[in-house]
Amino acid sequence: MEKYIFYILSFIIIAFAVASVSSRKMLRSVIYLLFVLCGIAGIYFLIDYNFLAAIQLTVYAGGIIVLIIFSVLLVHHIEMELEMAKVSRKILTGLLCALGLGVFLYTIYTNDFNVIENNITTSTAHIGSKLLSYDTGGFILPFEVVSVLLLAAMIGAIVIAKGRKLTDKNEEAL
Amino acid sequence: MIAGISIYEILTVTSILFFIGIYGFITRKNLISVLISIELILNASVINFVVINKYLYPDMLQGVIFSIFIIAVAAAETALAVSIIINLYRQISSVEVKDTEVMKY
Repeated sequence: MEKYIFYILSFIIIAFAVASVSSRKMLRSVIYLLFVLCGIAGIYFLIDYNFLAAIQLTVYAGGIIVLIIFSVLLVHHIEMELEMAKVSRKILTGLLCALGLGVFLYTIYTNDFNVIENNITTSTAHIGSKLLSYDTGGFILPFEVVSVLLLAAMIGAIVIAKGRKLTDKNEEAL
Repeated sequence: MIAGISIYEILTVTSILFFIGIYGFITRKNLISVLISIELILNASVINFVVINKYLYPDMLQGVIFSIFIIAVAAAETALAVSIIINLYRQISSVEVKDTEVMKY
């Protein structure tokens, strides 16, 4: 049963990813990306990692997609069609990507993975205690660094998006 | 781990997703489309982290926690990129890659 769900999910992911990079309408391409992200959340649910699936749905599907749609609506007419690359360039890129994919798959399939059969569910309590532990192998330092990074990104985004008006006032004040 | 699915199949799906992202990154001419392709690439790598942790080292949590960090950094990066795009649109009224010549303050 899980097998078929995985196949359906991977088909959805790949089909919508292709649609997302080849659609000529900007807004549709963003919505296809939303389907890709929901499919990936489904894979996390299948693999028994519910916390990351919830994060994926809230941060990506809820946050990032809304942000991108917001920017699309601010800078585009909805009906505007995108300028596409030349056909020769597309074919060349497609061939290069196929070549790279071939190298990847060859490496993956010749490598002998030492898979351990298990049914361990990753609980949120485990992740939380690991994130906040001071012992060896704990992740308290990267956790704090990420919180500072998010603060810096927030302030930076506000300053950049405010742009010219802010600097004009500063120059007047000086 | 998923019953009946080997690690090879999942890694195949993520590799395909990664190269679709690369293809979009190179062929698209629009800044927002480039951003979408970057999201695809990042998602493929996040699935790889989680799957390798779950299949090969099930009693560890390192891959699982790194995936959370990757998502946090991706969110920060998207917010900054969107603000840069909006500011750029105000100054040059375009979000095409070929028009983006002024990035200097």
